[in-house]
Amino acid sequence: MESCYCIEPQWPADELLMKYQYISDFFIALAYFSIPLELIYFVKKSAVFPYKWVLVQFGAFIVLCGATHLISLWTFTMHTRTVAVVMTTSKVLTAVVSCATALMLVHIIPDLLSVKTRELFLKNKAAELDREMGLIRTQEETGRHVRMLTHEIRSTLDRHTILRTTLVELGRTLALEECALWMPTRTGLELQLSYTLRQQNPVGYTVPIHLPVINQVFSSSRAVKISPNCPVARLRPAGKYMPGEVVAVRVPLLHLSNFQINAWPELSTKRYALMVLMLPSDSARQWHVHELELVEVVADQVAVALSHAAILEESTRARDLLMEQNVALDLARREAETAIRARNDFLAVMNHEMRTPMHAIIALSSLLQETELTPEQRLMVETILKSSNLLATLINDVLDLSRLEDGSLQLELGTFNLYAVFREVFNLIKPIASVKKLNVSLNLAPDLPEYAIGDEKRLMQTILNVVGNALKFSKEGSISVTAFVAKSESLRDPRAPEFFPVPSDNHFYLRVQVKDSGSGISPQDIPKLFTKFAQTQSTATRNSGGSGLGLAICKRFVNLMEGHIWIESEGLGKGCTAIFIVKLGIPERLNGPRLPFIPEVSTSHGPTAFPGLKVLVMDENGVSRMVTKGLLVHLGCDVTMVSSSDECLHVVSHEHKVVLVDVCVPGINGYEIAIRIHEKFTKRYERPLIVALTGNTDKVTKEKCMRVGMDGVILKPVSLDKMRSVLSDLLEQ
Amino acid sequence: MEVGQMQGRLVDYTKSLFMEGFLDGQFLQLQQLQDESNPDFVVEVVSLFFDDSEKLLNDLTMALDQPNVDFKKVDAHVHQLKGSSSSIGAQRVKNGCIAFRNFCEEQNIEACLRCLQQVKQEYYLVKNKLEALFRLEQQIVAAGGSIPMMEMGF
Repeated sequence: MESCYCIEPQWPADELLMKYQYISDFFIALAYFSIPLELIYFVKKSAVFPYKWVLVQFGAFIVLCGATHLISLWTFTMHTRTVAVVMTTSKVLTAVVSCATALMLVHIIPDLLSVKTRELFLKNKAAELDREMGLIRTQEETGRHVRMLTHEIRSTLDRHTILRTTLVELGRTLALEECALWMPTRTGLELQLSYTLRQQNPVGYTVPIHLPVINQVFSSSRAVKISPNCPVARLRPAGKYMPGEVVAVRVPLLHLSNFQINAWPELSTKRYALMVLMLPSDSARQWHVHELELVEVVADQVAVALSHAAILEESTRARDLLMEQNVALDLARREAETAIRARNDFLAVMNHEMRTPMHAIIALSSLLQETELTPEQRLMVETILKSSNLLATLINDVLDLSRLEDGSLQLELGTFNLYAVFREVFNLIKPIASVKKLNVSLNLAPDLPEYAIGDEKRLMQTILNVVGNALKFSKEGSISVTAFVAKSESLRDPRAPEFFPVPSDNHFYLRVQVKDSGSGISPQDIPKLFTKFAQTQSTATRNSGGSGLGLAICKRFVNLMEGHIWIESEGLGKGCTAIFIVKLGIPERLNGPRLPFIPEVSTSHGPTAFPGLKVLVMDENGVSRMVTKGLLVHLGCDVTMVSSSDECLHVVSHEHKVVLVDVCVPGINGYEIAIRIHEKFTKRYERPLIVALTGNTDKVTKEKCMRVGMDGVILKPVSLDKMRSVLSDLLEQ
Repeated sequence: MEVGQMQGRLVDYTKSLFMEGFLDGQFLQLQQLQDESNPDFVVEVVSLFFDDSEKLLNDLTMALDQPNVDFKKVDAHVHQLKGSSSSIGAQRVKNGCIAFRNFCEEQNIEACLRCLQQVKQEYYLVKNKLEALFRLEQQIVAAGGSIPMMEMGF
């Protein structure tokens, strides 16, 4: 059947319309065929295209569509059934493929769209990272600058270098036009331009410190932008261009003590300096945040570095001062030592020189005594003799005074007749008093014990000194000497409240008052009386000579005797009273057996003091060895003699009770013997007592002897009495 | 001459020795050590002193004669002499020795030689005096008297 399945046209087939349709179908088919070709070509060219399968599908769909349109070209005219069949097949295929493609595209198009969004997202992210990278880099730059600046600043401890380096480095880092530092002045009321970058030595511009802009900067720890017109920022001559932005920051000045602190109400604890930084004037630069931060950090570092520098300066100054003082002290010490040595030498020599004439005086006086004399002459000669004995004692005491000051003087206690002491003093002064026509009276209280224990020699010296002074300073009138036992009430002197004597059964306090009617003493001179070498300046005393030592020595002796001495006077011309109180012991039995610590003063051959005492004597010198042996034999000892330290150590045994060692022999170290003996005899009761014989009894030798463990020291040449007393003292212990 | 007179002479002579400074108190000490058990103590010690000192003075002369003087040895000798003389109370000799030692420390040869001369002089002087003293004592003892003790305070 020849039927046409094409749609019945409404109007008869128009040739023109048919022609146009024909042509368009042709072109469509062409396009449909070329699109896949293009696609394939371009996909082949590109490397990445994930959807090849889609492409194939799409290509198939298009090809089939093209085929369909192509085939429809034949349907415009009469066509056979095969054409219709082919047409139908292709249409069916096309339908299938296009539906499949449509279905496929539902999945694929969202994917394709999301690729696009992802791309956009990534682009944004990349931009953001770029920005952050830039920021970090800037920060790192800043950090590097700060570190470098800090390093520069902290590598020196000199204040000026620190400040200068700061300014230079800041200027370099931030490319500043000008950088300046204003420091507070000493008064603290102004800021002075101290350092600038461009000018080497800025003239001292000052600016009062209480400007509002300055207060604003000081009150904040951050860098503050200030106006270029304010006084601290007018650092450059005004140019044609706009001045660059200016920033100021405070620099705390820590612990600087050379600035006086004025009382600032709000900033009383901290001082600040002002650092002003100016950007170049013809650039349009602005202060960035990181630059401001850099400035703040630098300001803090500078503060720390400055404080270090200040501390270093202080300590250097202190150290120099100390060194100077050290040198001066050393010099003073050496001078003092020289002076002391000179004095000691002088004393020793004088002592020695004074004894020689003393011999002459004593000898001649004794000779004189033997000749024929009238009673008056005899009295005079006896007085001379007694006075020279006293003078000899005084010579000893001059040496003693130096020993008193060393503190090594000790009283020589003994039982003596108190009344005899006073009588002797009285006898001594009577002739002089009668010459001066002065009346002297002596009153001894009845309850005064006849015998007492004390240092007779020094007590007499004290009384004599006091009475002698009374004599010296009285031209007429009378002198009365009273002595009695002091009771508690009369013991206290209101001027010496710390003197609190306590009488006991074994002791009593002797109070002696010497009243004279002489020239008296004015009250303000009284305290000076007891100082060495001080004399009151009245003309009367200037003639009387004397070294002014007397009362000083008396005071020392009285103090040693646990007493007190003072002088009362109502004024010049009204006479004065000298009073002293000393503590004396009460002997248990009067005239009893000799107490063991009294040195025997007998020249006769007394009983042997130490029968059978085994003594070892070490002395290199034959003569002095023999003398020492003679001494000891006389005292009844059993003496062994050795002449060298080896022999001494060899011979010494626990039978020897005493070892006498000569320590002033050069070459033989007597001190070593003492050490060796200590080593040899470890038990105390086995060890013999070691005594050093030396020509030198100064403190140093004594200390050395004590240090090596010696038990005593004797001055050579030894007298019999000395040997006896030392041995008895030693053996008692 | 009778004993009393001789004793008086002895006393005077001894006193003069002290006055002139030849002897000092140490000599008295020695005399005190002399007793019945030790009757010749002083003479023995003094004789020992003489022998010792002669030897020392000879040694000193030789030591100072050397081209290179050994001051240490010289000092040691002088020290010995000083010790001996002070032990018996020969005051002038002792003083001479003290001065001698000072010059030894300074190593001054001329001064040392001078000192040596002086010490020798003093030594011979005191030796003569002491020998005279002993002769007097012997005379007294031979005449049947006893030696008076010297009472010198200080």
